[in-house]
Amino acid sequence: MSLPWRKKLNFSMAFHCQLPITVFLALPAHANQSALQPAGPLAAAIANLFWGMMIGGGLILTAVLAMLTIGLLKARRTAKPRHLTFIQSRNLVIISGVVIPSIILTVFVVSSAAVNRDIVAPMPKNALTVKVTGHQWWWEVNYLDTEGKYIARTANEIRIPVGKPVRISLESSDVIHSFWIPKLNGKTDMIPGKTNLTWVQADKPGSYRGQCTEFCGKQHAKMAFVVDAVPEEEFETWLRQQGQPAREPMTEKEAQGKQVFLGSSCVMCHAIRGTSALASVAPDLTHIGSRKTLAAGSMENMPGTLASWILSPQSFKPGSHMPATALTGEDLGNLVEYLLSLE
Amino acid sequence: MIDSASIPQDKETQQLEQTWGSPPGFFAWFTWVNQKNIGMRFIVTGFVFFILGVVLALLMRIQLAVPENNFMDPETYNQVFSMHGITMMFLFAVPVMEGIAVYIIPLMLGTRDMTFPRLNAFGYYIYLIAGVMMYAALFLKIAPDAGWFSYPPLAGAAFSPGLGLDFYTTVITFMEISALVAAIELIATIFKCKVPGMSLNRMPIFVWSILVMSFMIVFALPPLVIASLMLALDRMAGMHFFTAASGDPVLWQHLFWFFGHPEVYIIFIPALGMISSIIITFTQRPIFGYIPIVLSIVAIGFIGFGLWVHHMFTAGLPQLGSNFFTASSAMIAIPSGVQIFCWIATLWGSKPKLDTPLLHVLGFFLIFIIGGLSGVMVASVPFDLQAHDTYFVVAHFHYVLVGGAVFPLLGGLYYWYPKFTGRMMSERLGKAAFWITFAGFNLTFFPMHKLGLDGMPRRVYTYIDGLGWNEANLFISISSVVLAIGFMLTLLNVLISLRRGIIAKDNPWNADTLEWATSSPPPSYNFRHIRTVDSRYPLWSGTGGLEQNPVVTGIRSDRREILLTSILESQPESRQPLPGPSPWPFWLAVAVAITFAGMMIHLAIPLLGFLLCFVAIAGWVWPKQVEAAK
Repeated sequence: MSLPWRKKLNFSMAFHCQLPITVFLALPAHANQSALQPAGPLAAAIANLFWGMMIGGGLILTAVLAMLTIGLLKARRTAKPRHLTFIQSRNLVIISGVVIPSIILTVFVVSSAAVNRDIVAPMPKNALTVKVTGHQWWWEVNYLDTEGKYIARTANEIRIPVGKPVRISLESSDVIHSFWIPKLNGKTDMIPGKTNLTWVQADKPGSYRGQCTEFCGKQHAKMAFVVDAVPEEEFETWLRQQGQPAREPMTEKEAQGKQVFLGSSCVMCHAIRGTSALASVAPDLTHIGSRKTLAAGSMENMPGTLASWILSPQSFKPGSHMPATALTGEDLGNLVEYLLSLE
Repeated sequence: MIDSASIPQDKETQQLEQTWGSPPGFFAWFTWVNQKNIGMRFIVTGFVFFILGVVLALLMRIQLAVPENNFMDPETYNQVFSMHGITMMFLFAVPVMEGIAVYIIPLMLGTRDMTFPRLNAFGYYIYLIAGVMMYAALFLKIAPDAGWFSYPPLAGAAFSPGLGLDFYTTVITFMEISALVAAIELIATIFKCKVPGMSLNRMPIFVWSILVMSFMIVFALPPLVIASLMLALDRMAGMHFFTAASGDPVLWQHLFWFFGHPEVYIIFIPALGMISSIIITFTQRPIFGYIPIVLSIVAIGFIGFGLWVHHMFTAGLPQLGSNFFTASSAMIAIPSGVQIFCWIATLWGSKPKLDTPLLHVLGFFLIFIIGGLSGVMVASVPFDLQAHDTYFVVAHFHYVLVGGAVFPLLGGLYYWYPKFTGRMMSERLGKAAFWITFAGFNLTFFPMHKLGLDGMPRRVYTYIDGLGWNEANLFISISSVVLAIGFMLTLLNVLISLRRGIIAKDNPWNADTLEWATSSPPPSYNFRHIRTVDSRYPLWSGTGGLEQNPVVTGIRSDRREILLTSILESQPESRQPLPGPSPWPFWLAVAVAITFAGMMIHLAIPLLGFLLCFVAIAGWVWPKQVEAAK
């Protein structure tokens, strides 16, 4: 996949200044993350349960408020109060306060447990496993084969085959995070020292946004990711490609960009497989050119945003563990060119 | 009934005033121990913190009004939302409920003070010092920033190295002493100081609710005190209770929610008692189902301890256990339902006067039922996996806590204000305030349900454009101003009525309980004549009401003395002298604060603190010559 329009941009002008141009992420319409617009069987089951409870709850609320109103208006035209007799009051309390709630709650508990059983049902043995590790404030994604061996690594983007259950194994490297893709399934916490399991399945191809839902520090708000559900063949091709080391620079600019990368502080934290940069503190950049977003789903991945991000991460994501990197316009342009070529 | 103002001042009245009166002067202020002084301090301080908590909430709403807002940086926002939770849960809700209990309970029981007046004062100073320290930290921008729940490892030394979490661990630890001593004192007072004739089955429902609240505090707070102390030691002495390496982060969640869930009921149960009091008074009839209501309150007190895991459904715990907690969480709807229908049965056809206190109770019905229903929804494990830690839950617990506790509390404020101050609050302003608060509340919090289902997580300092959250957030931010105006009007009403309110009679609402049998405001000794009680509704019973009942005699008026009675039947047992004003509770509170907060500076300071505590306790119990001579 090539994006010729990227190359037309002239970097040197825009990035001589140290302060970045503010480029906010404009999300496409499908980006909403509503739990009530499910795109997979698990979220759909929960959404149905919600609507059932919502209707039941609405009826209960209406009934109780109606009784209260009728009771209050009962004696509005009479001079004297018209109290209920003891027997009437007793029956009211026993029937509406004990019997009916007991029946409703029994139905509720059983249907909740039934949906729960479907959600935690054991996975098929041969299902694909994606190991997601939470970091302050990004997601490390490792693909494992059926024997648990490493296939490929990426960050902040998970690609899954449409219509297939995918096992997600959740860990954390620092504090507690929580993994949530509202359109696909409920959330599961990522707890350091433990491995939690969940699974997702997307019924339609598409892009589903997820977000961290356990408060995890300064940038909890900007710890998002995207799940892309694609047809199976496309997924297989993608996975094979992600497992490959980075492609070699093709142009002079890209080659210079690689030198800038290897010669700067980037290599202290980031890895580009196939080069000497092998650190694992920060997202693996081997195929960063193929990703849609930067900074854990908080900005679109484009030359302008990438350059701004490298120059001054703190102005987009204050508190982020990525320090600012001072580069000349030319170096920055080459670096961005190189990084975006890594597809 | 005769208004007590018309009773001529006799010699004994003067002596009682002399014995029980609090000494004047600025420095003497620190020696006061009278239950009404301490209760009022709790209430006023609690509402001051409430106002601060509301201000913090408004700051958050400014930040969230539009996407990618730069009004606050993430660090500030995280401190603000953490302090909002800490303020509302620790510094407002529990102390204010305790304050009302400390003020009202002895009056309702027909006694002259609580069993341990100095302990009472000590509890207040602990609370005041703790609250001031937390806000000092906020103004210095070193407040805790890991939420009121402070989950480790985020709250541990490795990820929150600053002083903020040290403030949290040490201050929370000693602040809870305040709630604990108040609870112990309320239990002792309720059991031993009921007026003769007020057997357990004649106790007002409000007293029952405070009794259950106090027992819940006694069982729920120690786990928090221990847990926050463990977290403090984790941070300061490297103990690894909750680190992932050799401890367990989930253990903190169990301990915290074993406290945290009952905490919700600790706040909510006194409100239930207030609602019963208001409904009895405004319907002018005995409540239907006294026994089921009392048993429901007790049942909530027990079941409230069996729900904590529903805060942890996403933590990956075994599923069978989780379903059990779904059932136990749903079960609490039954005692709540019983009470609601007992109230409806009492209100039915009763032509109640729709004054402000009752309006707040009616507002409670709508808001609390919505909160209860959404509570049942989030008790379902699968639904909670979607709703947990989103704005749906924010909406839910504000419906429960504001609807279930703040509305009855405001109703109680309008109801007891004449007793507190001797003046009525303005009805016109009160009604306007109610409707604005009610509308503002629903407009602010109802849309949050939708926002949560649309995927907006809690505790985010901002959100990006394009997720469909913009309109709802802006709407909520605007509505929150309406809600704040509603609260402000009530505050204004409180302040204006202090000077301009209509002078209140002893019993302006024609209520049934003993606090209305004395002047408004009550004298320092509460009752000139302590009359025995022969029904659940002492001021309504018989033809002549309370005035017909025999007076308790033989209690000295030349020293602080109360009558102790048996727990069940309230038979007189003995006279108990009480200690008078003393500065030592204040100094002990200072010493305790030094002991705990000193840990932040150096681990040796607690040792010095212990020494200071010893000195303060010695001063506290030091016998006085005057007392010895008597």
